[in-house]
Amino acid sequence: MNITNLFKIAVKALGNNKLRGFLTMLGIIIGVASVITMLAIGQGSKRSIQAEISEMGSNMIMIHPGGDMRGGVRLDADDMESLKLKDLEDIREKTRYVTCISPAVNSAGQAVYGANNTPTTVYGVNLDYLEIRRYRVSDGDTFSEQDIRTAAKVCLAGQTVVDELFPNGENPVGRVIRFGTIPFRIVGVLESKGYNSMGMDQDDLIIAPYTTVQKRILAITHLQEIVCSALSEAYTDQAIDEITEILRENHRLKETDDDDFSIRSQQELSSMLTSTTDMMTVLLAAVAGISLLVGGIGIMNIMYVSVTERTREIGLRMSIGAKGRDILAQFLIESILISVTGGLIGVLIGIGAAVVVNIVAAFPIYIQPWSVFLSFAVCTLTGVFFGWYPAQKAAMLDPIEAIRYE
Amino acid sequence: MKEVIRLESIRRDFQVGTETVHALRGITFTICEGEFVTIMGSSGSGKSTLLNTLGCLDTPTSGEYYLDGVSVRTMDKNQRAALRNRKIGFVFQNYNLLPKTTAIENVELPLMYNPSCTSGERHERAVAALRAVGLGDRLLHKSNQMSGGQMQRVAIARALVNDPAVILADEATGNLDTRTSLEVLVLFQQLHAAGRTIIFVTHNPEIAQYSSRNITLRDGRVTGDLRNERILDAAEALAQLPKQED
Repeated sequence: MNITNLFKIAVKALGNNKLRGFLTMLGIIIGVASVITMLAIGQGSKRSIQAEISEMGSNMIMIHPGGDMRGGVRLDADDMESLKLKDLEDIREKTRYVTCISPAVNSAGQAVYGANNTPTTVYGVNLDYLEIRRYRVSDGDTFSEQDIRTAAKVCLAGQTVVDELFPNGENPVGRVIRFGTIPFRIVGVLESKGYNSMGMDQDDLIIAPYTTVQKRILAITHLQEIVCSALSEAYTDQAIDEITEILRENHRLKETDDDDFSIRSQQELSSMLTSTTDMMTVLLAAVAGISLLVGGIGIMNIMYVSVTERTREIGLRMSIGAKGRDILAQFLIESILISVTGGLIGVLIGIGAAVVVNIVAAFPIYIQPWSVFLSFAVCTLTGVFFGWYPAQKAAMLDPIEAIRYE
Repeated sequence: MKEVIRLESIRRDFQVGTETVHALRGITFTICEGEFVTIMGSSGSGKSTLLNTLGCLDTPTSGEYYLDGVSVRTMDKNQRAALRNRKIGFVFQNYNLLPKTTAIENVELPLMYNPSCTSGERHERAVAALRAVGLGDRLLHKSNQMSGGQMQRVAIARALVNDPAVILADEATGNLDTRTSLEVLVLFQQLHAAGRTIIFVTHNPEIAQYSSRNITLRDGRVTGDLRNERILDAAEALAQLPKQED
């Protein structure tokens, strides 16, 4: 018997029991649709977090001074003065995996322009910092290397600061604002980056040459932080190893000593945040997968009923020349047909539901092609797997008994 | 005359629990082409087992069975299925038509399991078979829209469609009233006249009068094998029935 005929027979048999076929399909439809919707939601939130992190610079590495013991007293890490400009120079010279590097010193205070003022933070950095944190200048220009050497009183202002100090929409470029007691001339305005995933306003800052902040505001010579970027996110670990080695050598630490600095990377943050959403995705998919399983059991159940109900038909088919494998194929095709049709409808409903979630609840979604393909493949396999035993049972029937079955 | 069926001391034992039941205890006969044979016997005589054996649904415990010159005993399940498909047409007591399926589709069914038969040929032969049983105008009637007699005629068409070496009827008139029984017998006699080989298994002695040969079974043995010299004409018997009130 050829496959076309088997198909005709299976379609016909399903057509004879439309409502039952549909109800059986419903299990698969719900299963597949929920898998797809859940994965779309999980992947959507993962993607939006990843996008935010890479906006912050996903290959960013931050080096802070670490806490230390002095005469049995553990000191606050922020009070340490262990990071020097020399460390920065050495990292820049000796590493292979670090591309951009910037010192970072900051001071919180009040920025004033005319009658307006706003609390903000000034970051003292070099020009690499803009590259590392992915800041772009939207208006005006950055300060120059010359400004850094001379500790010039120039700055770049974030959009929030600009909005607060220049509420009437004047062009801030060229204006002189005051930060604490120090006047700064604004040479450029930073492009707005909005809030990050932790709710921090990334536009509420002033960026100035680190020398200016060090000498004129903080009166220090050490660095509070070194920020650098690895070649790419994938090379973060190698970069961290290199930096650790250089710093330990510079700080003359013995083998047994703990690091007197700490290195954190954006990658850690990224993997921490995405691992949460990954977990959610797995949980959602597991629940959805269970409903697919239940749908499969539904198919098995109905196919068993169908085989019993059609025992006489099976007996007849066998007596007029159907081989065991013809009967097996017929019932297998029937269950695959149920699961594939259900799967197709489920895919459509799943995508539709995800889109509705996106529109109604404004939840980020991302429909991964492989998740559609996977759930479709799984439901086809479900059809084969759960259809196999009933079909096998049908194929093993003895025609003599089957034809006289009441 | 060409031999269609040849049984040589067929035995069939069944194991029921610890006991062995001897359903057939050495059956030997031959049936030639064009014979209309009734196999009679009361229940328990072994006629169902014999029918299963003749129909290649079952294999004998010992003895040889040649169908159209081919030995069946050593065949496996799939070979026997193919043999049934080509050489045997079954007609059952309860018709066994597929539900919610048209007459033509029911008749096409055996050809569906014959890969060498194209769909056009299938349709053609099914129409011809239905015409032959007088249902040329009911091709698209579904099985639940037909009377018992019509359903049995569809079943006979289905048995004819593969041009079998032998038609095996199992109590084919058992579910029908006298009039429709006779109508079906008329059809069988027509087929017989056209040269078909028919084996009709029944426990009803009246049927035997319309066939050309009677084989009687009892306790798994052949107790009688008589040629019927005075075959009754079913059409005549049908004409003598009192007119049906509408």
